[in-house]
Amino acid sequence: MNTIETEVDVLVIGGGTAGPMAAVKAKQANPALRVLLLEKANVKRSGAISMGMDGLNNAVIPGHATPEQYVREITIANDGIVNQKAVMAYATQSFAMIEELDRWGVKFEKDETGDYAVKKVHHMGSYVLPMPEGHDIKKVLYRQLKRTRVEITNRLVATRLLTGPDGRIAGAMAFDCRTAEFHVIRAKSVVLACGAAGRLGLPSSGYLFGTYENPTNAGDGYSMAYHAGAELSGIECFQINPLIKDYNGPACAYVTGPFGGYTTNAEGQRFIECDYWSGQMMWEFYQELQGGKGPVFLKLDHLAEETISQIETILHTNERPSRGRFHAGRGTDYRERLVEMHISEIGLCSGHSASGVWVDEHARTTVPGLHSAGDMACVPHNYMLGAFVYGRLAGESSAAWCAGHDFAPVDPEQVERERQRVWAPLLREQGLPPHQVEFKLRRLVNDHLQPPKVTRKMEIGLERFEGIRHDLEQIKARDAHELMRAMEVHAIRDCAEMAARASLFRTESRWGLYHARVDFPERNDTDWFCHAQLKKDERGAMTSFKRPIEPYLVPIAETERNAYRELRIAVPA
Amino acid sequence: MQYAPIAFTPHAVPVSVDADKCIAHKGCTVCVDVCPLDVLAIDLSKGTAYMKFDECWYCMPCEKDCPTGAVTVEIPYLLR
Repeated sequence: MNTIETEVDVLVIGGGTAGPMAAVKAKQANPALRVLLLEKANVKRSGAISMGMDGLNNAVIPGHATPEQYVREITIANDGIVNQKAVMAYATQSFAMIEELDRWGVKFEKDETGDYAVKKVHHMGSYVLPMPEGHDIKKVLYRQLKRTRVEITNRLVATRLLTGPDGRIAGAMAFDCRTAEFHVIRAKSVVLACGAAGRLGLPSSGYLFGTYENPTNAGDGYSMAYHAGAELSGIECFQINPLIKDYNGPACAYVTGPFGGYTTNAEGQRFIECDYWSGQMMWEFYQELQGGKGPVFLKLDHLAEETISQIETILHTNERPSRGRFHAGRGTDYRERLVEMHISEIGLCSGHSASGVWVDEHARTTVPGLHSAGDMACVPHNYMLGAFVYGRLAGESSAAWCAGHDFAPVDPEQVERERQRVWAPLLREQGLPPHQVEFKLRRLVNDHLQPPKVTRKMEIGLERFEGIRHDLEQIKARDAHELMRAMEVHAIRDCAEMAARASLFRTESRWGLYHARVDFPERNDTDWFCHAQLKKDERGAMTSFKRPIEPYLVPIAETERNAYRELRIAVPA
Repeated sequence: MQYAPIAFTPHAVPVSVDADKCIAHKGCTVCVDVCPLDVLAIDLSKGTAYMKFDECWYCMPCEKDCPTGAVTVEIPYLLR
């Protein structure tokens, strides 16, 4: 098996949403730079938006919302734990990105005057912009990659970052999931855009790949950032989503809400005021599922035929086109039957909640020369448009970094250690199958970490994850493809340990269901109005610590602070 | 010695390929290329694509991008 060495100025890892934007923007900032976009699958159809997207969830469009309103809404929705500077950097550049995507050929819904047709889904402001023809977005991105002459490699699985003696970034290592060839890529600057940790919990169907997130996003980015010494934040603020029962897509009140669809309990009553996904919304959803009024449904059967046909066209052709097929198999017709909903497995994803690699308002991590963007970078509730904006910031920051820094030296020992770790499952004569280890690990994640969180259960979970660490050294991969699955299990295990330790560290409850601790049921602002960070310390141990919240740029009035805690519809006495 | 657990031995897989329509023998690899999980492959002896690993996200680029309409994605049995 060969080792291949490459050298580039900017290495972007992950070709989904943020990654292609970062690569294009780095190249536009300085066309002389060698920019390589490294992708685990194929850039044409990779990442969370492989089949497209049916709308923007956080468009900040003049005339509909201001950046200050948006920052205020997200601060309140995320229970105060935000770096407002980072959210503001998104908010102020949101509209320019929409206009640029529009010029590139992405189609957004407009009204008869040509204005963007913004809808209200959030509790307070209006930020949802439908994209009924959003299925072409990857093609639009690909065209820009070709136009700016970004180099692309597909089917390379990055496993570890390289760091120099001074701790700054030196490149990354990867292997080919078809040939198992080992790659060492030297780079002055690296952008991590590897998506969510979507293969953490096990879906209740038991199907390993039936996850809400694209299962290719197995948490590789979180694991790589951690091992390179980067700070991670808010890992305890899990991602849990309201989905169609047994199907991995959202029932999608974001799309159906503006048409008149809504979430009900089994008695046909509304129970939440607002369908925007927040921890508190999930808490109310969970209470309804567990209580006597469950299960929960999406109700559309009261709508007119033409409205339902329009909803079907949007929901069955964009983000999750297999949805129509799922409903057909169960005999579910929106005209006659409510759509049964359930909650998803847990994951880590700042695109939806807040868990990610700590970044500043320029997408810089705490490792010099390392940037991050998209679902894996901690900018709460950042969604697809946030991935594009932070991709742009990461690309521009990377280009700027290259102007002032040369290559960091590569440590041959780091390379040799990683090559041995990566090839070990192939060289073993026999051992555990990767799927079986993954199944067990993710089943343990469900058993021990699924909220409501119980201290003793999580402590036992940590012991079990330690046991899985030893199992990793017995995994046998029969070919390069199985090797990919084997190395993903390493990353999933790291994420499981991070999720347990971060959850144990924050001894309060916050973000509704995302961090509901049975032993500490109250929110405690005196001790926990702060970011909870996690990193690998000098001795190689996983350590948690607090980071103070910077003074707000946009003050939150006392009367607004609890707006997202009052989502349940009041029952008249 | 058998390494794969029985539970994961694929008997019915979500992606099927119509051999009469598939043009893999002419060099087409579109479905294999676009799969995010890299679960499709070309059977060189038959000259057609097939699902090699039961690891499907039922996301459907393979079906949508196939130039001859040879690929069909079904919801995996465990979810139906």
